[in-house]
Amino acid sequence: MSLTQTAEVEAFRAEARAWLAAHVPAAPLPSLETEQGFAAHREWEARLHADRWAVVSWPEEFGGRGVDIVKWLVFEEEYWAAGAPGRVSQNGINLLAPTLFDHATDEQRARVLPSMASGEVIWAQAWSEPESGSDLASLKSRAVRTEGGWLLSGQKTWSSRAAFADRAFGIFRTDPDAPKPHQGLTYLMFDLRAPGVTVRPIGRLDGKPAFAELFLDQVFVPDEDVIGEPGQGWRIAMSTTGNERGLTLRSPGRFLAAADRLRTLWETAGDPADTALRDRVADAVVGARAYELFTWANASRFAAGETIGAESSLNKVFWSEYDIALHETALDLLGPDAELAAGEWAEPWVFSLAGPIYAGTNEIQRDIIAERLLGLPKGRR
Amino acid sequence: MRFLLTDEQADFARTVRSLLGAAEVPAAVRAWAAGDQNPGRAVWARLADTGLFALAVPEAYDGAGPLPLELALGFVELGRAGVPGPVVESAAASVLISELGDEALAKLFLPGLAAGETSATLALPGGSPYVLDADSVNQCFTVSATGELRLTHGIVGERLASLDPARRLSRPLAAGALLATGPAVTAAAGTAGRWARLLTAAQCLGVGEALLARTVEYAKQRTQFGTPIGSFQAVKHRLADTLLALEFARPLLWAAALSLSPADVAAAKLAAGEAAYAAAMTALQLHGAVGYTEELDLSLWLRKARPLRDAWGTPSACRAEVLQPRVR
Repeated sequence: MSLTQTAEVEAFRAEARAWLAAHVPAAPLPSLETEQGFAAHREWEARLHADRWAVVSWPEEFGGRGVDIVKWLVFEEEYWAAGAPGRVSQNGINLLAPTLFDHATDEQRARVLPSMASGEVIWAQAWSEPESGSDLASLKSRAVRTEGGWLLSGQKTWSSRAAFADRAFGIFRTDPDAPKPHQGLTYLMFDLRAPGVTVRPIGRLDGKPAFAELFLDQVFVPDEDVIGEPGQGWRIAMSTTGNERGLTLRSPGRFLAAADRLRTLWETAGDPADTALRDRVADAVVGARAYELFTWANASRFAAGETIGAESSLNKVFWSEYDIALHETALDLLGPDAELAAGEWAEPWVFSLAGPIYAGTNEIQRDIIAERLLGLPKGRR
Repeated sequence: MRFLLTDEQADFARTVRSLLGAAEVPAAVRAWAAGDQNPGRAVWARLADTGLFALAVPEAYDGAGPLPLELALGFVELGRAGVPGPVVESAAASVLISELGDEALAKLFLPGLAAGETSATLALPGGSPYVLDADSVNQCFTVSATGELRLTHGIVGERLASLDPARRLSRPLAAGALLATGPAVTAAAGTAGRWARLLTAAQCLGVGEALLARTVEYAKQRTQFGTPIGSFQAVKHRLADTLLALEFARPLLWAAALSLSPADVAAAKLAAGEAAYAAAMTALQLHGAVGYTEELDLSLWLRKARPLRDAWGTPSACRAEVLQPRVR
């Protein structure tokens, strides 16, 4: 067992660090949940892509560097430590792209992935519906067969990035008579500016339109935008939610950088007599380290050819609750200044509050942990 | 970079685990608490056969070490089984003597400790004001704040009852033969204290895992309202949280064993100690009244979780260590 990286990995780290030091904007970009910020972040995605840092783990033919998970984690550490902007393309890169790699045709990959990597097309996820949150199999939006494709009708909601994004992906009911709710669902991609699509931005707690409602009225989707076989949408989507909860959505680099900033805040502005707050700062530092090491252990399992299953639920509950605790500690350290919406910690705090809600609520994740990892009997939710 | 156990490391842990599983440890714990150390000694003798005690001793003195990761894996199993006695202290005493660099002392003490033939306990500056199992060991080492290492063999201070009766406490005596003195002693004591903290963290992890496993089994069998209590969401979620805390403490323990850095060791002790104590509280609540009894074997781990959380570094001390000023 070892945590020592090879010289090759360290050389990759040095290359990434040097590039980031030369290119990360000196001043923070405006919030990506605003129209102006969205555009600024799109430009940043293009800058990353120009030097092939946008999607380092992808094959080179799609704009990546084909690096393994170890180098991806190292890149993420450097990215967040450098204070680089949040990724406006993350829904596409982290949720849709893995699905495309596993289930799409060569034609689809060649068509979709390059423009995703460059930030030219920004993707929104469109999974939840008003009556279907954690119980995703109950969703009702329909896709009906038509000449050369499908017609979508219904309503999606909590669609992250949809206020300003270009396209969306989700699953739709194509066979209402299927014997089980998990069957008869189809995974497809659609254009948010297509005729019949109405996007209604929804203000987040802080008023920023971080997500939207989508009203779909006979929206045409060509056959070429169906991923995998019709009726297989559930199985395909589940391979994507594993990604969402698991390794890729919240890289340890992000939390290591945030915990480091918190620690610096404590060292410069903390009251040494406030040991209760000091303890929470220490817990945040330890939590980031625990998450980092847990991720390295999982990455080692991946590298050894193992798959991560229900363990991704452990990951999701941990990072989402850790994220809130970290940001609450920062706000407590700031005292009255925490009230200022423009502060460095305010928007990340608001963002953290959604963690236990999205990607499958933490209540559902705990059920999964109890039933699949501990073997407890199923019961009523 | 491969942050996973090697096959040899996993095999060693499995060997210790199966050996202890067959050793009737709960009876030995109850006997130890009642003042009869013989069944506990028999468990120690079987552990010695696995080479466990040699892992803390350099090869030059009949040891196989120092191998902190393998030792930590072994100590997870000691915690899981609830092995009584000063296991942590004996290993830390080996480290103390090794680190001194005094060949005469090393030759005198280390081969016996490596073979598991002798047991030791110790009191270090900045550690607990009480010394564990001084009445049952072959050697009791004390290090004073001024760097005096003494052997108080056969001289035991006033006995004090512990909340965990299997942990027999007494006050250390500033008496006995002076073995060494000076900055080397202070430095060696610092290293030994860090190992003691690491191995206590490992024990905590094992204690927590034992509490979780027993409680999961109970929750599957115990029925109320006509259904196993383990199907209730409130019960499931407490057990899920218990697993979560233990699973995130484990890689901290591994990393601490790899680096032995003060911050890593403190982080591991903090996380494992808190996880084990939380596991105890959950185990007690989910067992209900039967968990509140001495007769159920669960009590052996329930009573261990709290003292181990505070031994060799309270949560507060560990948090302070984690936030020690950084070298940038």
